[in-house]
Amino acid sequence: MEQIPVEQSLLLAALLFGIGLVGVLIRKNMILMMMSVEIMLNAAGMAFIIAGSRWAQPDGQVMFIFILTMAAAEVAVGLALILKLFHLQKSIDADEMTQMNDITEASESN
Amino acid sequence: MMRYLWLVPVMPLLGFLVLAFFGRNLRKSIITLIGTGTVGLSALLVILIGIEFLTSPPAGNAFTLKLWTWMSSGGLSPSIAFYLDGLSLAFIFVVTFVGFLIHVYSSEYMRDDEGFARFLAFMNLFVSAMLILVLADNLALMYLGWEGVGLCSFLLIGFWYKESANAAAARKAFIVTRVGDTAMALGLFLLITEFNTLDIRSILETAPAHWTPGSAKVVWIAFLLLGGAVGKSAQLPLQTWLPDAMAGPSPVSALIHAATMVTAGVYLIARNHVVFELAPIAMKTVAIVGASTLLIAGFAAVVQYDIKRVLAYSTISQIGYMFLALGVGAWSAGIFHFMIHAFFKALLFLGAGAVIHALHHEQNIFKMGGLRKEMPVIFWTFLAGSGALAALPLVTAGFYSKDAILWYSWSSEKGSLFLWAAAFLGAFITSIYTFRMVFITFWGKMKTHIHLRPGRAMLIPLVVLAVLSIIGGFLETPHNLGHITLFSGMLSGVLPEVHILHSGAESTELILQVLTALTGFFGIYLAWHFWMKKPGFLFRLKQTRAGAALHHWWLTGWGFDWVYDLLIIRPFTWLSNINKNDIVDYISIAPSNLVVWLHNLTRRSQNGNLRWYAAGIALGLIITLTIALFL
Amino acid sequence: MLIAFYIAGVIAVVSTIMAVTRSNAVHALLYLIVSFLAAAVVLFVLGAHFAAALEVIVYAGAIMVLFVFVIMMLNIGGETEKAKERWLVPKRWIGPALMAAILFAILSYAILNQPVATASLSIVEPKTVGISLYTQYLLGVEIAAVMLMAGIIGAFHLGYTKRKSKHRFLKGE
Repeated sequence: MEQIPVEQSLLLAALLFGIGLVGVLIRKNMILMMMSVEIMLNAAGMAFIIAGSRWAQPDGQVMFIFILTMAAAEVAVGLALILKLFHLQKSIDADEMTQMNDITEASESN
Repeated sequence: MMRYLWLVPVMPLLGFLVLAFFGRNLRKSIITLIGTGTVGLSALLVILIGIEFLTSPPAGNAFTLKLWTWMSSGGLSPSIAFYLDGLSLAFIFVVTFVGFLIHVYSSEYMRDDEGFARFLAFMNLFVSAMLILVLADNLALMYLGWEGVGLCSFLLIGFWYKESANAAAARKAFIVTRVGDTAMALGLFLLITEFNTLDIRSILETAPAHWTPGSAKVVWIAFLLLGGAVGKSAQLPLQTWLPDAMAGPSPVSALIHAATMVTAGVYLIARNHVVFELAPIAMKTVAIVGASTLLIAGFAAVVQYDIKRVLAYSTISQIGYMFLALGVGAWSAGIFHFMIHAFFKALLFLGAGAVIHALHHEQNIFKMGGLRKEMPVIFWTFLAGSGALAALPLVTAGFYSKDAILWYSWSSEKGSLFLWAAAFLGAFITSIYTFRMVFITFWGKMKTHIHLRPGRAMLIPLVVLAVLSIIGGFLETPHNLGHITLFSGMLSGVLPEVHILHSGAESTELILQVLTALTGFFGIYLAWHFWMKKPGFLFRLKQTRAGAALHHWWLTGWGFDWVYDLLIIRPFTWLSNINKNDIVDYISIAPSNLVVWLHNLTRRSQNGNLRWYAAGIALGLIITLTIALFL
Repeated sequence: MLIAFYIAGVIAVVSTIMAVTRSNAVHALLYLIVSFLAAAVVLFVLGAHFAAALEVIVYAGAIMVLFVFVIMMLNIGGETEKAKERWLVPKRWIGPALMAAILFAILSYAILNQPVATASLSIVEPKTVGISLYTQYLLGVEIAAVMLMAGIIGAFHLGYTKRKSKHRFLKGE
């Protein structure tokens, strides 16, 4: 335990965060997009824990618990919304659902 | 009694307010009472004030009544103050008395019109504004009255506004006089820069010490004031509005465009005589403007066939006589002619209105005729007015006033032979066109039958004015005919005496008087000959190419309208058309146009694509971190 | 311990990359579960035992399972979906990859240029965490509870659809 360098663990967290970002931007399936958001949340929590361990304080883990709670609630509501969207549009492809835009005249935007 | 001087302009103003706000709901008799009563009371008050002024004149022959300070800014503080001296007394007498007679006349003439209350309201407002103009103590208050009469002229010319031709005539009158008004305003600004006040007394007293005669500043100011006078009095080159202003009802033509408003220019020049005398070139221009205008208008009047247009050109011509008199330094003669002209010209317009009214709005004299026996009152009064206009000797007032002008244009040190010759020729032409009009209208076969006869309210003012046209001349007679100088005596403290070049010229005066009288009679004979006895000659003359061209040129007032249309109106409307979308407006709209353009540019970025928005967030994150870490 | 850290780290990164790039949704989710388990090992090695346990129980055990249930309910990830997920085309992933790389570069610059001297990591006892939770961060705990309740109610309301057809036992009567 004493030998693990702090920078490397933070680099690990940053790497996971970047990969999660790539996942959000690449995916078309909305559920998998949400999954990539979970990856990013996990990486952020990991960063908190690293900091808490470094300073030998419980605040890092407390923050991680809160992040976890929030992720759980968000996933619940988000998946319910995606279910509703699936019932309406019969698809969960994010690229197909672009009606809220400013480009076409026939859009019901603004 | 002179304490109540302020009531004189205020009473018609109150009449205007009452009629403007409540006129629609009042009975016609009440409207008549208010409309004519206010002016009548003003006239009565003026007579009383005049009696007191003449019998026991106040100190310095002038009376000032200051009401309050109008405004005070930048060292300039004009006040609402009324100034009474011989000159303004003459003017307010004419305005209120002739105005009252015309109001009585129009109470019958306009009675059946649906805008009767509106008409009397505007007429009252006009009388009030004219009185303010004349009684003003300072040039700022005079400018207020000046603009007021211009406004009322516009409102009254376009009284029957539902006809677009009337509205166009009103607009033309307003715009042309506006040109003059702007010149006058510039003159007032120059006066402010010179004297830091617009009080007439102070300007006239300090002007001779302030300027040497003929210095550039005073010449500019005099010319600018002359510009204003020329516009309001319909002289060259701004005379084009007056013939078209006949689109208004006859009482309007009588009051505004014959007796009072068009003489405002004469008043302006007479009131500021010190300024003009310090700029001899301006005086000369005044005389030349007067002389040329009277000739041009005279020739144009000879060929007109609308009875009101004949009288309009005649008015332009007679005011030319007044300008001529002022230009040669015969100040009181010019004002005397103003008073007499007001009487007979108002009479002629009212008589013409009665004829038009009786013949159911027929204005072409060639469709009238034979009215001599059918409408005797109108005939005899019209004849009296025409005689005064043509200056028939000894019996008509016009003779005495016009003869004075002719004499002074010859003999004054600022007069010249050419000016006299122009005035003499003008007198000849005047009697020609006047009696042409009389003969064609009242003699011969009746071509249009009389629909309704005028009543007492229309006839009595005609009679009163006819009497005045005859006896009014006896206020001021020349040296060899009694040498009564009542009128010039009244004005002696105000306006300077005319300097005569050759003294001891009694015989010359007599010769000139006889010549003028003879030309007057000769003109009557020519009118009878060419239009009654042998009309075929002129008819054949009109058939020739040269004759027809000349006839057309004089008919359109020497082509001034055509020239102005070509030089000014067409380029202006062309420019306005180019600027139809208002180029200046583009600048103020530019910010909103810019915003809309930017919006159109950036709205493609809102494409509803979720991943695109996420990418935007990531990009923002990168930028924020970069700024936070490296900057 | 350092070896464990490195191995778990590598597994976490590799399985995350696989999770992000699979076209079959269930495969991606399963790889993600592996990634979370590896992350839990990393957390354990870092001295946060309680957090590691929570990660396994809540994150991998509840949230991911929820994902799998929804995927299976909606029947996604089949052959037709595979055709749609055409993200091996460079046009699609070069932009996001570039952005992520820049972000990683910035973060690594920030991490590696710390002015503070690095210290070693120490174990934080669950007991300490518990005491801190219920004394110092009590308000946060309560609010988190309320948030969970809101999540439950929201999810219930959104997912509730009226039954269109009756149970066959209830029909006809």
